[in-house]
Amino acid sequence: MIEVYLILIALAVVLSMYRFFRGPTTADRIVAVDIMTTLTTGLMVLFALYYRRAIFLDVALVYAVLAFLGVITFARYMEGGL
Amino acid sequence: MSVASIIGQALVLFGTFFYVLSSLGLIRMPDVYNRMQTATKSATLGSLGVIIGTGIWAIGEVGSYSWIPKTLIIAVFLLLTNPIAAHALIRAAYKSGVPLWEGSIVDRYKEAESSLERVEEIKEKLEEPSQEVETNE
Repeated sequence: MIEVYLILIALAVVLSMYRFFRGPTTADRIVAVDIMTTLTTGLMVLFALYYRRAIFLDVALVYAVLAFLGVITFARYMEGGL
Repeated sequence: MSVASIIGQALVLFGTFFYVLSSLGLIRMPDVYNRMQTATKSATLGSLGVIIGTGIWAIGEVGSYSWIPKTLIIAVFLLLTNPIAAHALIRAAYKSGVPLWEGSIVDRYKEAESSLERVEEIKEKLEEPSQEVETNE
């Protein structure tokens, strides 16, 4: 049953990849990357349940922190603050 | 199936539905700002459902309660940082000159900036003669 949710979330990531490749401006691509990282965090948590290892949850937490820092860095760069 | 795994599975289904909705909004919306609004809010709600639902599902599936604190930490962290990232990104997009959708009517931010500039111009005009008077004396 858990495979259905994994496939649905992967489908959502692939759908948001459309905006990443198509997006007319730079901001569109960064928005798509932000959404993809949020979706991938949920995917990692579900994979931890799929393999029944609680240690894989730490990977998801670190990934969420690093994705947040990356988006903030890109936003500062676009604004001209860096 | 125990009660905990049924509740957790329902929460995961709820979150997955909102994940798919957020990616659909990312495709369908006409503008960077609209895209960010739909995608960020529904992705945050969906990740709350998926992550906390996984923690509850693990009680019935794995049989340990140790998943709940970790999943709660991840969910609260995402709930706090996702709107901040969206705010910074959209502010940067506006400052770097990405145009609004042509159907949008009101741009209060631009109006406020132009009116502030006008107020400063009027202030400078008011201050200049008084300085001249002081230098004359």
